[in-house]
Amino acid sequence: MSWITQTLTSTIGRKLVMALTGLFLVSFLFVHLSGNFLIFRADGGRAFNEYSQFMSSAGIVRVLEIIMVLGFAIHIYTSFVLTRRNQKARPQGYAFSQPSANSSWFSRNMGLSGSLVLIFLLLHLRTFWYTYKFGDIPTVTYEGTEYKDMAYLVKTVFQQEWWLSIFYVIIMVLLSFHLMHGFGSAFQTLGIRHKKYTPLIEKIGIAIAILVPAGFAAFPIYFLLTR
Amino acid sequence: MKLTLKIWRQKHANDKGKLVDYNVDINPEMSFLEMLDDLNEKLAERGEEPIAFDHDCREGICGTCNLYINGRPHGPIRTTTCQLHMRHFHEGESIVIEPWRARSFPVVKDLIVDRSAFDRIVQAGGYISVNTGSAPDANEIPIPKQIADEAFNSAACIACGACVAACKNASAMLFVGAQISKFALVPQGKAEKKIRAEKMVAQMDAEGFGACTNTGACSAECPVEISMTNIARLNREYIGAKLTSDNV
Ligand code: HEM
Ligand code: FES
Repeated sequence: MSWITQTLTSTIGRKLVMALTGLFLVSFLFVHLSGNFLIFRADGGRAFNEYSQFMSSAGIVRVLEIIMVLGFAIHIYTSFVLTRRNQKARPQGYAFSQPSANSSWFSRNMGLSGSLVLIFLLLHLRTFWYTYKFGDIPTVTYEGTEYKDMAYLVKTVFQQEWWLSIFYVIIMVLLSFHLMHGFGSAFQTLGIRHKKYTPLIEKIGIAIAILVPAGFAAFPIYFLLTR
Repeated sequence: MKLTLKIWRQKHANDKGKLVDYNVDINPEMSFLEMLDDLNEKLAERGEEPIAFDHDCREGICGTCNLYINGRPHGPIRTTTCQLHMRHFHEGESIVIEPWRARSFPVVKDLIVDRSAFDRIVQAGGYISVNTGSAPDANEIPIPKQIADEAFNSAACIACGACVAACKNASAMLFVGAQISKFALVPQGKAEKKIRAEKMVAQMDAEGFGACTNTGACSAECPVEISMTNIARLNREYIGAKLTSDNV
């Protein structure tokens, strides 16, 4: 084995991969969320539709999209490898255990919160990405150019399929749990732990874990309330 | 003080094993191990096989005693099993007593596990290989007190294995982190720090311990309070060593 594969397949190496892809995915969440907020502009969905068009056509976005898919794939693949290894490390469990005496629920259930986020992602891609790309959705014309009316799609999906909207909100709570532990944990995995910075990193982690999922949840909640 | 003990009994490594109930009436001033001694005497009188459990110094310094008591390593307070006293339990309580559970710590008999995996990790690099000769003069190598204290805190690890027992992944990162840190912090250990990190982590993985999810359970249960800083340092040392050492 070359030193690179040896490093990347060691337990610490795999955790390094988890941490780097995890933090990268956090950055993706920020980009995704900030773009989505355009739908709240009182312009009949124009800014959001133009943004959607740009996101699905610009070359640079294509490159970023591939990196993002790789980021997800590697994060998810590594999470399975690690989870399996971790389960095998204790083939016989305890008859009685009190894990909450020494650790947080969030930290012990990263696999659960992650897997639910994964199910959500697949559904989310089907609902919006697939429909936008291949589905039959109405168009609008701004200054002579035709745009797919993504704003309309989002609005109608969230308003009509209320159960889906509620599912979205629930999953955002799980994303919050994932980030509640994940953000700070990634820094620890990277070996970044310091009296001066760690308390700050942990506070930022909690803030991100609350604000980002809340931001995403705002869309289904808003459209549900304006039905 | 009347208690019901639910104790893991397993005749040998390949036996299936099960929890067996024992009703005892004990003096609350006893230590946990004295209670087991007392029970063992009674079992011996009745011609039954005494319960096998590990212990040595009974002073909280050797790390030999290792029981998973009521769902936590070393029981409800942060100490070694030998330093745990029955006053921390109440009348009529049921106490479940199990061995450490980890693939790398196989059960030998009853509550005794084989922790030689830790020894092999230490053999892989937990030493300084220069001939140190006779003891150097104190203060010959100036080390700031703060750093000396930090290294000493890491060196306080008694290798009891509570970290592995507490971890949901049966990970040995806190133990290995402490071993790496006590050398990496001081000049004597710096010369070999890269090869040490590489070899000890390779051995840790080969032994089958899990990876670290940073839950912090290990440190929270550690009787000598080894901190999570040791794990961060281990991550740093290992990644740094892999990136910069000459070992291809
Ligand atoms: C937007 C999506 C996601 C983000 C932002 C994210 C972020 C993170 C971060 C920052 C970590 C901490 C890394 C570390 O401890 O060093 C992490 C860990 C983890 N993630 Fe994710 N993640 C996402 C999606 C997923 C998905 C879809 C899965 C699984 C199917 C998943 C499974 C896990 C697991 C199991 C861990 C813990 C690994 C361990 O320490 O044992 N994550 N994630
Ligand atoms: S017997 Fe030595 S620490 Fe408990």
